[in-house]
Formats: sequence, structure tokens, C-alpha cells
Amino acid sequence: MTQFSKVLTKDWFKPGSHTYAGYKANGGYEALPMALKMQPQEIIDAVKASGLRGRGGAGFPTGMKWSFVPKDSPKPKYLCINADESEPGTFKDRLILEQDPHSLMEGIAIASYALGVHTSYIYIRGEYLEQAEILEKAIAECYEAGIFGKSVLDSGWALDVYVHRGAGAYICGEETALLNSLEGKKGWPRLKPPFPAVVGLFDAPTVVNNVETINTVPTIIKMGAANYAALGTPKSGGTRLVCVSGHVNKPGVYEIPMTLSFNDLIHKQEWCGGIPGGRKVKAVIPGGSSAPVLHHSELDVAAEYEALKAKDNMAGSGAVVVMDDSTCMVRALWRISKFYAEESCGQCTPCREGTPWMERILRKIEEGQGEMKDLALLKSVVNAIAPYPPIGLGTTICALGDAAALPVHSFVDKFRAEFEQHITEKRCPFPHPFGILADEGVRK
Amino acid sequence: MAAPFTTDQQKKFDEEIARHLSRFPEGRKAAAILPGLHIVQDLIGWIPPEAMIQVAEKCESTPERVREVASFYVMYFLKPKGKHVIDVCTNISCSLRGAETLIRHMEEKLGIQMGETTPDQLFTLREFECLGACGNAPVCQVDSRFHMDMTLKKADQLIEDLRKQAGKKS
Repeated sequence: MTQFSKVLTKDWFKPGSHTYAGYKANGGYEALPMALKMQPQEIIDAVKASGLRGRGGAGFPTGMKWSFVPKDSPKPKYLCINADESEPGTFKDRLILEQDPHSLMEGIAIASYALGVHTSYIYIRGEYLEQAEILEKAIAECYEAGIFGKSVLDSGWALDVYVHRGAGAYICGEETALLNSLEGKKGWPRLKPPFPAVVGLFDAPTVVNNVETINTVPTIIKMGAANYAALGTPKSGGTRLVCVSGHVNKPGVYEIPMTLSFNDLIHKQEWCGGIPGGRKVKAVIPGGSSAPVLHHSELDVAAEYEALKAKDNMAGSGAVVVMDDSTCMVRALWRISKFYAEESCGQCTPCREGTPWMERILRKIEEGQGEMKDLALLKSVVNAIAPYPPIGLGTTICALGDAAALPVHSFVDKFRAEFEQHITEKRCPFPHPFGILADEGVRK
Repeated sequence: MAAPFTTDQQKKFDEEIARHLSRFPEGRKAAAILPGLHIVQDLIGWIPPEAMIQVAEKCESTPERVREVASFYVMYFLKPKGKHVIDVCTNISCSLRGAETLIRHMEEKLGIQMGETTPDQLFTLREFECLGACGNAPVCQVDSRFHMDMTLKKADQLIEDLRKQAGKKS
């Protein structure tokens, strides 16, 4: 393998990387003129050939998603950028928006031209106020530079781009809930089909893409689809971003080769540099809190779509949460379940009723009030939402139900002894079930 | 019914919502409901029913629909809140780095429980779901601005600074 070099994050944290001038000085806005000389179909074919997969969580091939948009629709078409990043553990899109917003702008211009789009909305979670302000500035710079407006770089292609703030709802990261929210409704997911590519925003053909996905498009055009694809594996082209948090020495966003294993990512000095205090890894969440947890014996797997899929797991949003051997797995799972109970939108009964039920059972066990039959009850509640394996057997309209169920199956199956210990000892056996604050004093 | 805005606020509301309404096609103006509610909250700190009626009129919608939307999203306050809202993330990555202790400390410091507002109406404290800054856990937001790598000391400083600020103004 050739030496790994970053293509997405090479200019992060350079002064002015977030400005039009800074982006341009680093070689930005060279892909857009190239794209405007191509036929729209050629761009779609290039994205297909690049092997780019959606970076929001589902990992669907981007070029294929684009090709579902009907060419002959009399309705206007829309591009919606999903910046509703809220999968627990995920923070890569926030850093893209802060460090490299113009790459997203250039990607929007290229994608819009390829898809026949004249209006694009960036749906950003309401909590990202500072990031929305950065986007507003970047958009204003683009209008001034003739990137957006009546004629993109004098090509005659008109494009308007708007920022639209959400208001606090995890479910709006689900693409059809995002569309409903953008239309001014509560964020309830829609039944599919019809898919957004055919009936999306305002009932018109719509592509919804994650920030990182669109952010990657200029790189693909500039370096060529084949060169980009060659950075990755046959089924997952390019590089990807992972967000590492929890018990590691150097948490943060890393651009990694698709072949990198979790063990190397966590322990190698050039990546996360190991676990604080010389402690050992107990478990790792590989792709956001919705993904099944990995036992410490399973960390040789590559942090990549196909490798994880082969283990009935998922690369998800790239959120890697590392838990050391002082972590209480019951408490960790209880905290995750509390999130889904809070964020279930209330539309489908198994999820609306099941997620708070799971939370109550887990709290009971963590607090030392659990009984052995609770573990079977927990499993039956979870199976009513989404049996596992494989991933994708959910009984609800959207994948939030699956997302709530997957961690429960894996935590209980892989760390059953810990759950049973809580029940038999009638207490949580961990002195610090979670970590401690930096200035809280020495761990007892 | 009492007017929700002062004259100046009304002018600002009308201008700002017009800017958002122009972004959407005819017959789809309801899309400006979320931005409209943000504008109201920025102007007067919360969203009273009278303001929901105005948002509904501007967005060619109904007050019922606006209320349904406003009550769905956690960032909208349907009751008056404290001057400063402190949202502390307690999701998995923040909890692994001590967010539960941070919460207890802030509750003690402010003399209130999660979800409550201090009697002087200065602070509302809330437990919040993942804020998307997990690499700098634990994190909190004060009035939608991030505060990262929180410690007990930083929390004390943050609250002291806001108290001092309020003291100066009054």
C-alpha cells in the first residue's frame, strides 16, 4: 500500500481555512470549473465510479442515489444538505463546517449542476448556531464571488443556497423527517416508497446528502474518480472521517484509510495514542450509539463499511466511542437508551412505547433493583422493535427503532455477566461507573 | 389579546420573517414556521401564544399547526425561561468523561435541579442530548454557544462571569 495521505482534512486548522480567500489559496474552487465543462451525467458517473458512500450513517452509494432522480420531471428539483448531525458521538460535520465550509459550497455547486438543481437548502441542527453563522458568511462570499447566484461562474446555471436551522430533534437527521421539518412540520419520518429522489421536498424530486458526502465531491472531481476510489477498498472508495471520543488520550476527528483497524486507530501513537492511565479497552462503539457495541476481542476489524457489515455491525456516522475497563456497561447502555426514549418521535407504537420501557428496565438494573427475569423482558421489548441479527429487521417506519434496539442486543449478549452481577449483588459494582472530570481529583 | 411585540420588535419580526418567506415557493410558505419561531424567541426570549398566531398568519398556516411544531422541538420555550440557558450534555461520550459530576456540581452551585430556573430568573439549567462536540467532552452550551473540555473550575468561572455581567447591568 502506498503512503496514506489526507485528501479531505489536509487544510484544516490552517489560518483562514474557513474563508473564501483561504480556501482558494489552498487550491479550492478548481473543481467547479472542471465540473461545469463536463456533462451532468458525466459527473454522476464519476461519483459512481469513485465508490463514494453516504457518510451520514446508512452508507448508501452516493452516485446511485443521484441517478434515481428522474431526468424528465417538470417539477423543480432540490438538493438538501443534511447538517443535522446528532448521532451520539458524532462531530465530524461540525468540524467540516468550522474548518472547511467552502469545500461544502463547492460540492453543493457541483452536485446542483449535476442534478439539475437551482435551489439548495442546508438543514443544520439548531444547536449549531455558531456553525450556521459561519455558513451564512460562506454563502455571502459565494454570492459575491459569482459561485452562487443567477449564473454560476458565468455558466448560465442559476443556483440559490440557503441555511435552514432546525430546533432540536435527533429524528430530523432521518432524511424524510428532515424534509417534513424543512416544510415547517414536526419531524415525523415518511413512509417509503416513494423515495425522496422522486417525491421529496415540496413533493418534488430531492436528493438529501450528508455534509461530509458533499464535502468530498470537489476532491473526487479534482483528483479523478479512479484515483479517489484507489485510496479505498473496492466497495468503499476514498478515505473517511471518524470521530473518536471517550477514553482515549487524543480524542478528535481523524481522516483514516478504509483499511485501518480499530485496534490501530485507538492505540497507535499517530492516531488516538492509547487509553489514559494505562488502562485497557473494554468495549468500542464503532459507528455511533446506534451501532452494536464491539467487545475488546473484536477490534481487529477495519473501520470500514463492508468489514463491519460482515460482522453484522455498521460503520454508521463514523462515531467511535471508546470505553475503558472502569466503565459500567449497564450504565453506558442505560444512558444510550435514555437518549432514544427521549428522541423517539412518537409516531410508531413499538418505538414510542418500547424505548422508555427499555430505559426503565435498565435504570432498575443499574440501581440494584433488577431481577433475572428483567433481562428476558428487556430482550422481548427490544425484539418487538427490531430483532437482531441481521441489521434492518425493524418494525417501525424509520431506522430509529433499529438504532435503539441494536445497542441493547449487543451490550446484553457480549457483557451478560456484568448485567447479572448487578442483579445478584443488588448494586452497581463499579466505584466510578463512568469517567471522572479532569479536575475532580485522583480516581479512587 | 395583548400584542406579543413592542413596535421595534414588530418591525424586526416582519423584516426577518419576510427574508425567510422569500426562500420558499408559493403555496409552501409554512416552511418558514421554524425560522419564524426562532425569530420570536430571539426577540422576546420565549414563544407566547400571541406570537404563534402571528407566525401562523405570516406562514399561511394555522395557530394549531404552529403550536404543534413549537411543542415538538426542544429548543423552543413555550414558557418564559431564565436569562441564560445552560444546556449540559450527558450523553455517552460526555458521561464517560464526567458529565454526571458536572451536572451535580452545577445543580448545587445554582441551587436548582435540572429543568428548573433560578428564582432570580437568571439561569435555566437543562440536561441535554448529544451536542456534537464529543471530542471535547464534557461540553455544555450557554445560550447556544459552546463551552468545551469542561471542568469544575470552568463551570464555577462560567456561572460567576454571567452573574457579574448581570450585576453590572442592573
